[in-house]
Amino acid sequence: MKTIVIGVIGADVHAVGNKIIEHVLTEHGYNVVNIGVLSTQEDFINAAIETNAKAILVSSLYGHGEMDCKYLRENCEEAGLSKIKLYVGGNIVVGKQDFKEVEQRFKKMGFDRVYPPGTNIEDAITHLREDLGE
Amino acid sequence: MSVHLLVDFGSTYTKLTAVDLEEERIVGTSKAMTTVKTNVLDGFNNALEKLKNANPNMKEITAISACSSAAGGLKMVAIGLVEELTVEAAKRACLGAGALVNLVFSHHLSRKEIKQLKAAEIDIILLAGGTDGGNQECILHNAKKLADAKLNVPIIVAGNKDAQDEIEEIFTKSGDEFYIVDNVMPKLKQLNVKEAKEVIRQIFITKIIEAKGIKKAEEQTGEIIMPTPEAVLIAAELLAKGHEDVEGFGELMVIDIGGATTDVHTIGAGFPKRSEVIFKGLQEPFAKRTVEGDLGMRYSANALVSLVSPYEFKQYSSYEHDISAAAKKRHDNVDYLPESEEEREFDRALARICCDYSMSRHVGQVEVVYTPLGNMYYQTGKDLTDIRYVIGTGGVLINNEDAKEILREVNQKSNKKLELRPSDPEFLIDQKYILSAMGLLGQKYPKLAIKLMKENLE
Ligand code: B12
Repeated sequence: MKTIVIGVIGADVHAVGNKIIEHVLTEHGYNVVNIGVLSTQEDFINAAIETNAKAILVSSLYGHGEMDCKYLRENCEEAGLSKIKLYVGGNIVVGKQDFKEVEQRFKKMGFDRVYPPGTNIEDAITHLREDLGE
Repeated sequence: MSVHLLVDFGSTYTKLTAVDLEEERIVGTSKAMTTVKTNVLDGFNNALEKLKNANPNMKEITAISACSSAAGGLKMVAIGLVEELTVEAAKRACLGAGALVNLVFSHHLSRKEIKQLKAAEIDIILLAGGTDGGNQECILHNAKKLADAKLNVPIIVAGNKDAQDEIEEIFTKSGDEFYIVDNVMPKLKQLNVKEAKEVIRQIFITKIIEAKGIKKAEEQTGEIIMPTPEAVLIAAELLAKGHEDVEGFGELMVIDIGGATTDVHTIGAGFPKRSEVIFKGLQEPFAKRTVEGDLGMRYSANALVSLVSPYEFKQYSSYEHDISAAAKKRHDNVDYLPESEEEREFDRALARICCDYSMSRHVGQVEVVYTPLGNMYYQTGKDLTDIRYVIGTGGVLINNEDAKEILREVNQKSNKKLELRPSDPEFLIDQKYILSAMGLLGQKYPKLAIKLMKENLE
């Protein structure tokens, strides 16, 4: 069973989507380690190390995602998590911005998959299958 | 059925407490120097003679229970993966079992660390790492390193369940003595130290006691059932929780200032008290013990004074002392008793520092995080602001008129605002030095142990 760490990064308390993601991923056969809301980068990284997670799904809803996610990839590298997949979704930036541009910025930061607001979590499962295998 | 004798083979003294089971009272206590180097029974018999002489009408002793911290106590090494997670969980298992944690390692053991292990005096190694189903690679690496090192020390394996079989093969092949128990952190942040603690105690009883030359005592005392600090923790837990219809004291703390270490035990959940404070990190044990190896009145006096500058020292004492000379005198002569008022004042200052520093390290802390949405508060460790009783024990405190004054360092807060120290506790002193004895007695007579503690803590 593949382990996925999920959580809501930064000072963000939007808890509903996080619970839904846990539920859906578990139903699809993943071992979900949910670190919940108000999680720091360090929380994500420590959780991924101990649980041997294959991917980290970061949620950010409150608009400050870009700042909170900065250097997550570098910090993962530093902690020895070089192969881990990083996905991010929710409302990751403030207001309505051109998503193509947003996606580019987050990809440059080292995220493997970047999702626009309102993404169906099932879409991410298709990608998890592609990236991690069945 | 009449007198139950409780024995504590301490590092310096062998202490006896006699409890009359029918009259439900403490008949008497006594102590004599511990004699591990020759025959531990000599010290025990000396203490027993004193007890009998002082209490000629004492009824027949029908049962004996004993604990021990003699010959250096129980020394352990904790190994895990991430420092804040499985390393911390492993450490807590050791501390909760009454051990001293001499070395702590995280991630992959290096050659240098193996050297440190070889050079250290260790009784047991606790090897953790990975949640169940999580990381196996690190604990397997460490198991192989330990097997290659041929340390000849019992190893308790309390890590990722998925790695157990392979580790079993590694240690079977190397001929190491090993025990496989439940993971100390089976799920992220979930602490599970029960089985690890039980096995530590089992190894202590069957092996360590013998290795330290204390086994001989069992000819007279019956099995030595646990390390002394564990007995104190059990006593504290009993007193806090109560038993059946006997009510407890509620959340409390015990501070034990000794010659070599300062132990702090707290019984209480310690959850955040305010809704805007968010708890971070590994789950806290309800009964928590921490030990400070650099905070002690004699053996650790040099280490202790090196922690504070002469300027800071003045905050703990109104006298002018030659600090390093006074500390050295105590370090070199662990039986030293102060003679002048100035020397007594120096001891009080040391005790205050033990109290203040051990508190800083034991209690939880609140950290302010500045976010785009304003300040947020993260709590790590226990919130002990509402602790109702702080109980002082250990030679320094129980023999000191100013014991309660010293204990007030517990809520010394001036520049430590973010530490969650007891804010307005009531102070009690373990005047007769009975806490460890009550932990032992409580194994069989919990209600009586609670009653006697309530009556004898002042
Ligand atoms: C409920 C709510 C709140 C509640 C949250 C209660 C709680 N504890 O959960 C409260 C009142 C506390 C709140 C506060 C704030 N909120 Co609000 N909130 C909402 C609201 C109305 C609904 C959120 C929700 O639960 N949706 C339902 C769940 C199921 O959907 P979801 O969270 O989007 O998650 C799904 C998807 O996004 C996706 N997903 C999420 N993460 C990821 C990750 C990956 C990898 C993938 C693939 C998919 C994925 O899957 C999820 C499940 O389907 C939204 C508006 C909206 N309609 O979305 C605003 C909204 C999120 N909030 C907003 C704001 C600004 C705030 C505040 C800053 C307001 C303020 N000034 O105080 C604060 C921030 C507080 C904080 N510290 O976090 C803005 C964010 C704007 C932005 N990003 O540019 C929104 C969009 C409203 C708006 N249109 O302005 N909020």
